[in-house]
Amino acid sequence: MAESIQLEVTRYSPEKGAAPSSQTFEVPLRRDWVVLDALNHIKDQMDGTLTYRWSCRMGICGSCGMMVNGEPKLTCATFLHDYAPGPVRVEPLRYFPIVRDLVVEMSDFMRKLRKVKPWIIREEEKPVSQGEYLQTPVELDTYKQYSMCINCMLCYAACPVYGLDPLFIGPAAIALAQRYNLDSRDAGSRERLEIISQHEGIWGCTFVGECTKVCPKHVDPSGAIQQYKLTAAKDWFKSWLMPRGAK
Amino acid sequence: MEVFSHDVLLIGGGGAGLRAAIAVVEANPKLTVAVVSKVYPMRSHTVSAEGGSAGVIKPGDSLDEHAYDTISGGDWLCDQDAVEAFVKEAPEELLRLEHWGCPWSREPDGHIAVRAFGGMKKMRTWFAADKTGFHMLHTLFQTTLSYAGIKRYDEWFVTKLLVDDGQVQGVVAIEQMTGRVHAILAKAVILCTGGCGRVFPYTTNAAIKTGDGMGLAYRAGAPLKDMEFIQYHPTGLPFTGILITEATRAEGGWLLNKDGYRYLQDYDLGKPEPKPVLRSMELGPRDRLSQAFVKEMEKGRTVKGPYGDVVHLDLRQLGEKLINTKLPFVRELCLKYENIDPVKELIPVRPVVHYMMGGVHTDIHGATPLAGLYAAGEVACVSINGANRLGSNSLPELLVFGARAGKAAAAFAAEQRDPGKQVLEQAMDENRRLEEQYLHKSGGRERVATLREEMQKTMEAGAGIYRAAGSLTEAQRSLQKIRERTANVMLDDHSLTFNTELIAALEQSFLLDVAEAMVHSALHRTESRGAHQRTDFPDRDDQQFLAHTLVSRNPDGGPRVSHLPVTITRWPPGKRVYGQAAQQTQGR
Amino acid sequence: MTHGEHDAVQGYTTHHPRWFRKRVSTYWWLEQWAYLKFVLRELSSIFVAGFIVIVLLWIRAVSGGPEAYETFLNCMKSPLVVVLSVIGIVFVALHSVTWFGLTPRAMAVRVAGKKLPEFLIIAVNYAAWIVASGFIAWVVLRG
Repeated sequence: MAESIQLEVTRYSPEKGAAPSSQTFEVPLRRDWVVLDALNHIKDQMDGTLTYRWSCRMGICGSCGMMVNGEPKLTCATFLHDYAPGPVRVEPLRYFPIVRDLVVEMSDFMRKLRKVKPWIIREEEKPVSQGEYLQTPVELDTYKQYSMCINCMLCYAACPVYGLDPLFIGPAAIALAQRYNLDSRDAGSRERLEIISQHEGIWGCTFVGECTKVCPKHVDPSGAIQQYKLTAAKDWFKSWLMPRGAK
Repeated sequence: MEVFSHDVLLIGGGGAGLRAAIAVVEANPKLTVAVVSKVYPMRSHTVSAEGGSAGVIKPGDSLDEHAYDTISGGDWLCDQDAVEAFVKEAPEELLRLEHWGCPWSREPDGHIAVRAFGGMKKMRTWFAADKTGFHMLHTLFQTTLSYAGIKRYDEWFVTKLLVDDGQVQGVVAIEQMTGRVHAILAKAVILCTGGCGRVFPYTTNAAIKTGDGMGLAYRAGAPLKDMEFIQYHPTGLPFTGILITEATRAEGGWLLNKDGYRYLQDYDLGKPEPKPVLRSMELGPRDRLSQAFVKEMEKGRTVKGPYGDVVHLDLRQLGEKLINTKLPFVRELCLKYENIDPVKELIPVRPVVHYMMGGVHTDIHGATPLAGLYAAGEVACVSINGANRLGSNSLPELLVFGARAGKAAAAFAAEQRDPGKQVLEQAMDENRRLEEQYLHKSGGRERVATLREEMQKTMEAGAGIYRAAGSLTEAQRSLQKIRERTANVMLDDHSLTFNTELIAALEQSFLLDVAEAMVHSALHRTESRGAHQRTDFPDRDDQQFLAHTLVSRNPDGGPRVSHLPVTITRWPPGKRVYGQAAQQTQGR
Repeated sequence: MTHGEHDAVQGYTTHHPRWFRKRVSTYWWLEQWAYLKFVLRELSSIFVAGFIVIVLLWIRAVSGGPEAYETFLNCMKSPLVVVLSVIGIVFVALHSVTWFGLTPRAMAVRVAGKKLPEFLIIAVNYAAWIVASGFIAWVVLRG
């Protein structure tokens, strides 16, 4: 194994420059190092101004998403030696406004998460003293995959529809809506359908499928969206054929 | 500088903070409540908890047994009135979370499933596969989105509590996006900032766990309690420190030394059986398991790895199906970070710092002695965990005390007048301090990272699993030198936009305060109890030390120690018994 | 609502116009092989539509009598049409293969509580294709 590897990192400061530029750093190439370790090394020892988000370094908090050689990755789960001899290009997540260096502006994503009503909707709430709502392992399995999203936004960075149309609600948010729709304890599918069966919702998706490819937690958002389209279409037909009896 | 104002302010958006926010809104919808967090809430460290959350719901289990397990696990340093309230409210809170959509794992008939866990006599740990904290946090976060009344300040870093007339009136915080310093006034403030694992070099804790809330409270005049009790989790991965959940042992994993021997049997933890036995061997309490590792290492029976000594965690006997169903995240982590498949190979593990039993001193309602200041979660010390926390007690702790602190703060805030404007002067001073000491300062020689690493090395050497007067005094001296060097800190980054180096420097100063409090408390406790083991005082001393260590800051800045007796209700101090002998001992 | 949020029409925070927004190039689909494959997949529907048009013209030619049919066949034999047809067949094949590959993702079929493995659903599609093609081939060739 070579001794070191070069990182080409995006630098941008709204207080200084007009546009982002690239800066090259040489870092040690260690067997166990992930790209995040390299970034920490640069910040700690070489250039304290390098700015990026990170926290858990075990792929569960979703903070450290960046573009590595043009692909959206969690830098805490991406090993340097897979890119040897390098150089490795590290850029902020695509399709989001860049705040500083590798940090992107996330409020659009946060707004969309909330928009789809990602909480249990029920007509009547039974008191806690009456115990749990029963849910069999099979019922849990129906939505479990969609509950695994860590909100890392790699899917948005992979989605050309989001890139071209910032109004698109996006893979993670729609998958999250589907997580609640399929939860046997929820009764809010109708409410969510009205929000999501729009052009900015499921109908904007053209099933490119890149979101599913890059998802580190195997949530399969594009599958969720296509299934949601089928449900929405069936629902539409039913309401058309049986306007009074539909449900 | 802008000034904002709310009735109740939560610092920290993890499990405790979000639960408390909901509690405030539900207790009194007329109050305004806001959550200020240095990261987006779904990044909070609650997200990485794996194993489970204990609550008594199955027949054959009882609140008294959960209480006894907790109290004996805590080596009798737990306040028993707090534990009694905790074990009673834990199942209600976990059920409430289920109503909010938490995907708890189930039995075939649809009821909540429970598993065994370390130190617990009965199976009472609820779990969501092996990502319990993740599911709890996301359920809580998504539920808070349904409350229009809960405002959030995402990525705002609180640097100081505003105190006037002996009462907390709000905070000063940096809006990281723009670097602007603001004041947020509040009638009640609840600290939910979590632990401080980053005081040590090897920890399961995320980068954000820098003891901010403990530092804030300490500087504002609130005492910290039991700071000498630091929990080492017996099974963390070497190099990264990534947590391998206790659930691996609950499902039947074994700890083997270099000879393939289940060494825990040599340490009064019972006899090895093929299947897991509750409160025995690998299901013993965390402090004892971590101490056994050190003893094995001294005997030369641990495995030499590229990153130091390790032992092996053997999951092969569990089988692929069980691992994929109950421990899928563990398998993922081992494959990814160690290139090891636990289905076929042994996992190298070692004790790593994991949890802080100590913290900001509160009563059983989450109130600190400082009027208007509350605390809940790992940042607080009520104390229900005593000298050693049992696994799966900290997740329900977030919910129970988050809710209690929320209710108490709401009741308090409803009685308060609006904070006066005099605190705004303090806020302006703080703004000036940040500029002078960090942003506009030139010269200086010490890099933040260097100071941090030196502090971590010092703590690992002086205040690790085993400590003594010599190592602690040495640590004190080293920390003092580091504090002097901190005055010379130099930042590369002087910009305003998202200055993470500034944040790191501020976090480092909180860590230093916490480290000093830890070492000072450890020096004063001349006995061994739970996770605090003095080689020069190896026995437990209930005569002098059935009491909490309180450390407060003197006006000159140094620490001052005092003691607070433990509240004993129904369980007089006894011997901690694990292994087969524990099967005969009944919790009273 | 997060403090500082303005629900701008474009969905961005207008609070901070200094954030850098990279323009998405018109040739975004050339930047990645996966994107190019996607665009080709979508373009294949044009050829599907093209073949439908040809079939309609064919029917019109047949109903127009032997002369009309003769003209049509000569047209079909011209080199340009042959080349286009070959290209068309490639794209229609691409269309079918990608369609079959995507079906299991769009439909979660559960039998006795367990999700059917993807290859099974794909295999069913291919089987139906082969059977249908076989049947048509038999009808056409037996005469």
